[in-house]
Amino acid sequence: MLSAIELEALLLSLKVGLASTALCLPFALAVSWLLSRTRMPGRALLDAVVHAPLVLPPVVIGYLLLISLGTRAPLGAWLKDTLGVQLIFTTEGVVVAAAVMAFPLMVRAIRLSLDTVDRGIELAARTLGASRTDVLLSITLPMMLPGILSGSMMAFAASLGEFGATITFASNIEGQTRTLPLAIYTATQTPDGDAIALRLVGLSMALAVSAIALSEWMSRRARRWLGRP
Amino acid sequence: MIELRFGKRLGQVDLAVDVAVPARGVTAIFGRSGAGKSSLVNAVAGVIRPDSGIIRVGERVFFDSAARIDVPIEQRGIGYVFQDARLFPHLSVAGNLRYGLRRARGARPVDWHSVIEVLGLQSLLERRPHHLSGGERSRVALGRALLRQPALLLMDEPLASLDAPRKAEVLPYIEALAQEFALPVLYVSHSIEEVTRLAQHLVIISEGRTVASGELTDIMSRAEHAPLIGRYESGSVLDCEVMQHNAHYQLSTLRFADGQLRVPCIDLPVGAPVRVRIRARDVAVALSRPMDVSIVNKMPGRVQSITPREGPYADVVVDLGSTALRALITRESCDRLGLQAGTAVWAMVKSVALDSRSVGFNRRPRPDSALPTAPD
Repeated sequence: MLSAIELEALLLSLKVGLASTALCLPFALAVSWLLSRTRMPGRALLDAVVHAPLVLPPVVIGYLLLISLGTRAPLGAWLKDTLGVQLIFTTEGVVVAAAVMAFPLMVRAIRLSLDTVDRGIELAARTLGASRTDVLLSITLPMMLPGILSGSMMAFAASLGEFGATITFASNIEGQTRTLPLAIYTATQTPDGDAIALRLVGLSMALAVSAIALSEWMSRRARRWLGRP
Repeated sequence: MIELRFGKRLGQVDLAVDVAVPARGVTAIFGRSGAGKSSLVNAVAGVIRPDSGIIRVGERVFFDSAARIDVPIEQRGIGYVFQDARLFPHLSVAGNLRYGLRRARGARPVDWHSVIEVLGLQSLLERRPHHLSGGERSRVALGRALLRQPALLLMDEPLASLDAPRKAEVLPYIEALAQEFALPVLYVSHSIEEVTRLAQHLVIISEGRTVASGELTDIMSRAEHAPLIGRYESGSVLDCEVMQHNAHYQLSTLRFADGQLRVPCIDLPVGAPVRVRIRARDVAVALSRPMDVSIVNKMPGRVQSITPREGPYADVVVDLGSTALRALITRESCDRLGLQAGTAVWAMVKSVALDSRSVGFNRRPRPDSALPTAPD
């Protein structure tokens, strides 16, 4: 059904989507908390930086990643020397590029869900003997679940489709960084690749639609679980 | 004692609290909305931090600005029932009830089964909060606060968000728990009806300042607090017991220290303690014993004091022996009858005026009130 190359691109995309979502989640939770619950100075700046990938051309983000995390950049060199992690030309690099691009989407969903958590209910939990950390784990996070689920699905779907930052930062290497969108691009550049491109386009659309549908279904279930309409 | 002496600058009102109330029974914190009642209990709970002063419950100091003590909310060991029930939406009723119980340290005198039984929660345990009625939610919130094993229960207008039938549904549960679980309760309310049904001790708060504190029956029978309680609702509170019932006329006779009261039938056995609030506006005064009137509640006494009020009114306190009964009459009647301190009078109250809104259970805390024990 699928050729080995197509299958490889599909599996790589799924892997990147999952890894990028997992990478985003802890940071998105922390940033949402900072933006929603604190009055720290520089909050507006943080908000702007987080949302930059939504409005900047992806190639700009890719280039910024390249000059900050490339092997010749200090941070990139440090990553390679101490952790042995090289990001350009590797799947890890694709994950980082996808994560940066998907991050604002996840933060928006999670922050919105955090804003709707009733502080009065958290206070009630504290009068019942729960410390702040306990309240966070036993009350706040469960009540944020609809937002966490839909934010994760959004990030996953967006990571599947990331193109500009990926090709700029991690390049287009078969089996390493060639995800579905890059494979489609490559096929369109090949003389008789139209059939392959079309099949991959269909695959991408099916993936995206099912991810969104699954996200809707999960967050509706989570909302019903919390008794919200 | 529960010692509350603190100050706090707030938005529209400066809180200046200076009272000590007994660490047993129900103490009502009464005042108009915006008077600072909720801020007072929030300071006790640790939700707001006073600028200065001391908050002590029995031996435990919750807050002392001089000693720099400010115990965090979760370590104060208080149960707090909010106006909105604030149940956890992601947990079942049982999960909500267990939340505080699991986190309670030390002895657990409040037993799961007795809470379920007293509040009638058995059939609700598996339900989710959003599938409960308003009254059921209030009961679960009460149970949750009790199972947290509190040393003090705070209730901030727990009935205010309920309609009249739901109020009538929940009020008996609150009456029962104050007695059953032998807990000191601070009960915030702007409803004098709730206050007189539930409380033994009364604190009146006005514009952020605690202006009166004492036995409820005593405070209510003093004319000087009438303006704060409201002209319509203010009146004396009498502790009585059911003496007999008249099935034919559907009337009950109550006995109190200085006489008897005939009231519309009360559904309580003979000997049961009840509390009656007699609104000052429902009391009339005569110089001699009126014979040919419909009123049967006629009690001899002497005028203790006369306080002119704004408009046409005067507040007359009649000393019935050991009970002070307040009457709101016109200044004109006062002059016409030539009333002055010491005048011998008959105070009269229509039975019809003493309806279910003014007659309530009187759950005095039993001096020997044993804590409910676990069945195991």
